[in-house]
Amino acid sequence: MDFLSYLISGISLGSIYAIIALGYTMVYGIARMLNFAHGDVIMVGAYMSFMATTRFGWHPLLSVLFAMVVCTVLGIVIEQLAYKPLRAAPSLAVLITAIGVSYFLQNAALLLWSANPKSFSSVVPFDSLRLFNGRLIISGTTIVSIFVCVIIILALNTIVNKTKIGKAMRAVSEDKDAAQLMGVSVNRTISITFAIGSALAAVAGVLLCSAYPILMPTTGAMPGIKAFTAAVFGGIGSIPGAFLGGILLGIIEIFGKAYISTQLSDAIVFAVLIIILIVKPTGLLGKKVLVKV
Amino acid sequence: MKRLRLRTNVDNWLTYGLVIVAYIAVRLLLAGGNISYALQGQLVPITVYIVMAVSLNLTVGVLGELSLGHAGFMSVGAFSGAITATLLELLADTTSTTWIRLGLSTPWIRLSLAMLIGGIIAGIFGFLVGVPVLRLQGDYLAIVTLAFGEIIKNVMSILYVGYDANGIRVSMDSANALKLDEGGTIIMNGPMGVIGITKLSSFTAGFILILITLIIVLNLINSRAGRAIKAVRDDKIATESVGISVWRYRMMAFVTSATLAGAAGALYALNYSSVVARKFDFNTSILVLVFVVLGGMGNIRGSIIAATVLTVLPEVLRAFNEYRMLTYAVILIAVMLVRNNATLQHVYKQIGARLSKSLPTRKKGSEV
Repeated sequence: MDFLSYLISGISLGSIYAIIALGYTMVYGIARMLNFAHGDVIMVGAYMSFMATTRFGWHPLLSVLFAMVVCTVLGIVIEQLAYKPLRAAPSLAVLITAIGVSYFLQNAALLLWSANPKSFSSVVPFDSLRLFNGRLIISGTTIVSIFVCVIIILALNTIVNKTKIGKAMRAVSEDKDAAQLMGVSVNRTISITFAIGSALAAVAGVLLCSAYPILMPTTGAMPGIKAFTAAVFGGIGSIPGAFLGGILLGIIEIFGKAYISTQLSDAIVFAVLIIILIVKPTGLLGKKVLVKV
Repeated sequence: MKRLRLRTNVDNWLTYGLVIVAYIAVRLLLAGGNISYALQGQLVPITVYIVMAVSLNLTVGVLGELSLGHAGFMSVGAFSGAITATLLELLADTTSTTWIRLGLSTPWIRLSLAMLIGGIIAGIFGFLVGVPVLRLQGDYLAIVTLAFGEIIKNVMSILYVGYDANGIRVSMDSANALKLDEGGTIIMNGPMGVIGITKLSSFTAGFILILITLIIVLNLINSRAGRAIKAVRDDKIATESVGISVWRYRMMAFVTSATLAGAAGALYALNYSSVVARKFDFNTSILVLVFVVLGGMGNIRGSIIAATVLTVLPEVLRAFNEYRMLTYAVILIAVMLVRNNATLQHVYKQIGARLSKSLPTRKKGSEV
């Protein structure tokens, strides 16, 4: 029964990673950049929801919407101010800028909300589910996380494959210049991608803090890096890959915590990242890209 | 070519001169009692950060690969250095051979040995980490160095090391699992780190370490190997096609960088009475990266100046301290945006072209 319970919490944690990983994978697929600040957008989303419920006394669902709107705007602003001028710059410069943005968000949060951890109350109104005479308890947050993740993946898959903006996204990720020549507005497509990724980050932030109710300015950093690991695991640039990678990574982390060592669980996740990048750098579902001389 | 070599020599001597003059100036100010107590406490950390920045510059600026786990090597060096120093002190008390006891009770010998061993062990780690890391490049390489930095931090905070009559014992469970004899000493106590370190570091030791670092790094950059490293940075495929082993030179730069960071870590640890693994986290790596980026990638003198100014500045501007990290972030972004601005680059080039008419040319590597 322990095994089943670990498995379910692994899948739940993995769903949250998957939602974050989607933001990484879409931005990487389209703009070819590692948005290091994505994890901190999660933190901002969680703080927004927290402020909306505690300060303004809003309904939890409304607070989630509020967080999504703020993060969407934040995502677009970051993209316009920091990343857009660097479209032609070397990837090292973009990465350092992204680290700068991440650092900026963390320290701005530190000034605004102080380093004291806030205890986040779950936005999920359901009670825990008790199965097998109470031997297996599944919390409402767990169920909602998995459910939300599945919906988001299905919705995104539809957007990318069926709509016009999705077609533009695929075109830009295939060949930026050719897409531009065909009349696709590359800048607008990248902005929309950032907007979608950041809105998802807000959802992930709220879910993450509902499951692990400690909110600090550094809350988003570690899950952000782990979700990046998940995106690479599944094959960066691939939406189903982000889902698969996220779930597997969540399960690995929870099992590592339960059966190997609590303190080493982060180390285990990172060891997985390193092994994957060495053995199969394209990830589980990624496409192989040939480098031409 | 002759002129170019002359120019490089002048440039290098300027760097050495700057460090030596700064050292003498600080010594004079110290003798005159013109340096505040708080600033005196920063002298050793300044030298540590200079060595960290110069060594990271070797990876980021000269080799052209972003390392986000430099604090990991500092951590390895700090702990192996602190453990070595403690062991040597215990050995000095127990040994019967007179010359060993005399040697080991001299603080600077213990410090040098600790820094040497810290550096060597960090170098070995650098090699082990480098084997998988250097198969990658770009963003992936950066993220894997970050992963290694985190793994090192995690492992260091569950490591227990003890010493008793039977020798050194290591455990990853708890201090009790070391099963020390009576009279044994716990040297490293998991998350609490190494406690009760005898303070060995001094400003002069830091100054000497900076000089050694500069001799190693500057000579490496201007050697045949250094030119190969820069060639790898500028174009891997072209370099490989003229028969230069890319792997070998990348590894050379990476291991040298890790070794120097390890020695700096040992110097840092021995400046305090205790050292914990949490200190060497991602933020420390970023801090050093900020020094490198602001000093100019590939510019060794720039790293030295940036590390000094940015460590001293918060001490001077106490009131500003709250916004320090925020300012760092803004500066980091601004520098990147300005450096990569097409219009400004055009202006730089024009100024460069005008200057090159009057001065012997020096071709700069691709700036990031």
